[in-house]
Amino acid sequence: MGLFDRHAGLLEAYRDVRTTGYDPFQIRMERVLSPTKAIINGRETLLVGTNNYFGLTFDPSCMEAAIEAIRAEGTGTTGSRIANGSYSEHVALEREIAEFYGKKHCMVFTTGYQANLGVISTLAGQGDFLLIDADSHASIYDACKMTQAEVVRFKHNDPSSLEARLRRLGDKPGNRVVVLEGIYSMLGDSAPLREFVDVCKKYGAYVLIDEAHSLGALGEHGRGLCESTGVIDDCHFIVGTFSKTLGAIGGYCVSDDPDFDILRVTVRAYMFTASLPPSIVASVRQALRVVKAKPELRTQLWNNVATLYDGLKAQGFTLGPEHGPVVGVHLPDRMTAIGFWRAMLDAGIYVNVAVPPATPNGVSLLRCSLCAVHTKEQLDHMVEVMTGIGRQFGVLPDKQLRAAGAR
Amino acid sequence: MRCLTPRLLEPLLRTAHELTVENDGIADTLTLTRGISRAEVIREICVHLEPYQAGEKPITGETVIAKDLTIDSLAIMDMVMELEDRFDVSIPMSVIAEIHTVDQLADTIRDLRANPS
Repeated sequence: MGLFDRHAGLLEAYRDVRTTGYDPFQIRMERVLSPTKAIINGRETLLVGTNNYFGLTFDPSCMEAAIEAIRAEGTGTTGSRIANGSYSEHVALEREIAEFYGKKHCMVFTTGYQANLGVISTLAGQGDFLLIDADSHASIYDACKMTQAEVVRFKHNDPSSLEARLRRLGDKPGNRVVVLEGIYSMLGDSAPLREFVDVCKKYGAYVLIDEAHSLGALGEHGRGLCESTGVIDDCHFIVGTFSKTLGAIGGYCVSDDPDFDILRVTVRAYMFTASLPPSIVASVRQALRVVKAKPELRTQLWNNVATLYDGLKAQGFTLGPEHGPVVGVHLPDRMTAIGFWRAMLDAGIYVNVAVPPATPNGVSLLRCSLCAVHTKEQLDHMVEVMTGIGRQFGVLPDKQLRAAGAR
Repeated sequence: MRCLTPRLLEPLLRTAHELTVENDGIADTLTLTRGISRAEVIREICVHLEPYQAGEKPITGETVIAKDLTIDSLAIMDMVMELEDRFDVSIPMSVIAEIHTVDQLADTIRDLRANPS
């Protein structure tokens, strides 16, 4: 058997996708102009698929902070924190994030993926139980492959499904660690966190929540779902990323556990990778200040969510279950999704296309992520374009047909 | 065993469920497996797998789930979640990874019911 034979099915699916003429997984941004615009295929394109929720990638104060840090401390750290030591700024960033959540400890990772991979696989060890939501992000699934713990999935956003699995464990020894996400990345739906926390308390389980897509977006101070549902104190571990709302790259985990720092010498995803460069640390620290100082960005983001979500809903599109900074548009099958995606790109709008096996329940989606600095005009235009393409593809009923049917 | 269509199967399943205790001759096994016969577990698995049947080839105990059917790995895990709740057991992901055939899945479920700890 050849090395790539096992991927035969995937190769075939990928070939199908590429027959449309564009490869959605190798899109090239010829030039990025702003948080909401780039040149793609030679044309100015509206970006509605980049997780840039607050538009901070071009925030002048964040950019200046990064440039200054490069001048002061160079372009990179060339090694891990345990080998090359921590820069003062790494330590300061960790202190600031811990303070942001009102937690005692924080560890910063080089990516959000590594934060989940490292923390989750290390927290639950041999003899422990890891209970994960069925729609968990790839980084959580990959952590499950690395852990020695027994892993059980529960139904997406279903506290009673979690409860059944905790109950079945009975009085078996071993820690129970439950992994949840604030906002799920494909459909933009939130976990019923309060109900989950109640179940976890009842069975003495630890709660780890990944706020990757909810940092900035949810809660009075933008701390995420743990804040908006009032359960920060009941979340033992909060994980997040710098690569979305904070406009850079990196991940973190905060906790009140007094022994938390032992993870610095046990989590291999932290120990054996180079630490974040000074420019990233500086821009993230500044971005966190912006998030705290400008709550209006959160308001703008949600206004934009309403414009796109309600606009598409009114036209008859099938969407994710609730308003969220991610709006998932359901399409009937993979090829329709790819074709629709391509037609949108031709019309100057970039979104993500998500098809099985990357999606829950085998659905095919256009995944739109909103930005606080999108204008209402841009989003109204997007709804119009999508409605037109939707009729063309037979996803939405044709105008005339609808009129005739109404008679 | 051969799988019936769900429509045909439904009344049968209900009956089977009610009659298990009286029908199975081996009383000890019954206590151990909390009253579910192997045939019943296989039948329930087949109901879940029927939508993924490839061509006319019937689904049997020897069917290799990921290979002989049109089901992908994610759908297998979702089906397992349904079966977990139907039979009140939890099957760890590492165990699911080792299961290939319908028979193996049925035996795993029965083993877990018999020895939950």
